[in-house]
Amino acid sequence: MKGIITVVGKDQVGIIAKVCVYLSNNGINILDIAQTIVQGYFNMMMVVDMSYGPSFEKVNDDLQSLGESIGVQIKLQHEDIFNSMHRI
Amino acid sequence: MISYQEISETNKMIAESHLDVRTITMGISLLDCADDSLEKFCSKIYEKITRVAQNLVKTGDSISAQYGVPIVNKRVSVTPIAIAAAGTRSSDFFPIAKTLDDAARAIGVNFIGGFSALLQKGSTEADKALVRSIPRALADTERVCSCLNLASTRDGINMNAVRRVGRAIIEMSELSDMACAKFVVFCNAVEDNPFMAGAFHGVTERETVVNVGVSGPGVVKRALEEARGADFETVCETIKRTAFKITRVGQLVAQEASRQLGVPFGSIDLSLAPTPEVNDSVAEILREMGLQHPGAPGTTAAVAILNDNVKKGGVMASSYVGGLSGAFIPVSEDHGMIEAARVGALTLEKLEAMTCVCSVGIDMVAIPGDTPAETISGIIADEMAIGMINGKTTAVRIIPARGKTVGDMVEFGGLLGSAPVMPVNSFSCADFINRGGRIPAPIHSFKN
Repeated sequence: MKGIITVVGKDQVGIIAKVCVYLSNNGINILDIAQTIVQGYFNMMMVVDMSYGPSFEKVNDDLQSLGESIGVQIKLQHEDIFNSMHRI
Repeated sequence: MISYQEISETNKMIAESHLDVRTITMGISLLDCADDSLEKFCSKIYEKITRVAQNLVKTGDSISAQYGVPIVNKRVSVTPIAIAAAGTRSSDFFPIAKTLDDAARAIGVNFIGGFSALLQKGSTEADKALVRSIPRALADTERVCSCLNLASTRDGINMNAVRRVGRAIIEMSELSDMACAKFVVFCNAVEDNPFMAGAFHGVTERETVVNVGVSGPGVVKRALEEARGADFETVCETIKRTAFKITRVGQLVAQEASRQLGVPFGSIDLSLAPTPEVNDSVAEILREMGLQHPGAPGTTAAVAILNDNVKKGGVMASSYVGGLSGAFIPVSEDHGMIEAARVGALTLEKLEAMTCVCSVGIDMVAIPGDTPAETISGIIADEMAIGMINGKTTAVRIIPARGKTVGDMVEFGGLLGSAPVMPVNSFSCADFINRGGRIPAPIHSFKN
């Protein structure tokens, strides 16, 4: 199963590094990644493989805590919501 | 692979346009709880509801976290109590309402629907006991909702019941405004409606079933902003595309809820349901379509376009579309409707006209507290007639505001919002209503 991680917030040093370290430590592989900065605001989207590693609920909780500690919003969603809405 | 633009579009709908799943409603049959003892009946229904729906709220919250989309309400609907409790031969059904309220509180759902009766053709002794019990049942409980089916295209209109309900609404309003907000009457009530106050679990339904109500008027409004000045073909196409996307989210949530709860999926209700929040309003859609306020000439046409295209987009997105499936136009629950009523653009008569082309009816409308019972019955009779003749569902949920007059506000709080007291035609229909009896079913041929 694939998860979509979106990170939004004021840009600062090390956002990608901190998220990637967490994913790596928990055995979650990154399949795709894109990042932009618009007017000082950091915006990243990742597609990750959640077949291995902790449960969806745990990763979701951990990422939210991580987001709070960095000062950005991190959201993890099951890919099916995007598939349902945008694919027939 | 999903594109970043698509991810961004979905998440903007959720964050900025209030895209949500409005309700997951579990329908539970209480027919097997029938008993000749009122006490035993109450303990059986409490046991069944709290057992079957024990995981409903937890499951809803977990699905919400999984997809990152809010699921606002988790609710339960049950077999109409006048049918399930008929065997008790009780003359007072209040203890049953109290039991339903306790069960709802135990499982954490905010409303439980089904303190209901289907009396479109006539009333059984149990129907009469239930109707008598409604005012206290709704005033003295927190979470119980009630609906009555007073008319149908097949059976006509039970005018005795329409007359009785006019008085019951006055009685209820003397006890509490909230009681009236939890009570609705229907013509052609549907058996799989997930929305309150009109949800009940029909007798033709399975043992348990999950029905889902989607929402997202803000998403439709935002999409229409991109079509400003465009012709009607573009407007229709925009609404259809958006309704498709919204409904697909509902379908996904419904399937997942059905799987996790081990309960069959019933249907998706496509109704666009507003809340008092900005960017979550049906009135804003009508304004975006080019009306200064809902109620202006053109409103009925605009509602017809909206309703029809929400259905056209929605049916493509789900295998089982059901419930009420239309645009809701509750006055108190939509800040744009409140404003339109406040400035005098929206009248009861225009709301009635709008109900000819959309679901559901005169909904969450506050009227002066001194409105006679017969006048309320007259308003109900008019709505029932529209439903009966046109073969559609219509409804009335109306609140006589005690001690208040036109222009005053009634506060309900939360999703139920607040309503300005609207003027009612003051000419009498008492002699018409007091005739009593039943209006026969309409003819179904000679459509012209």
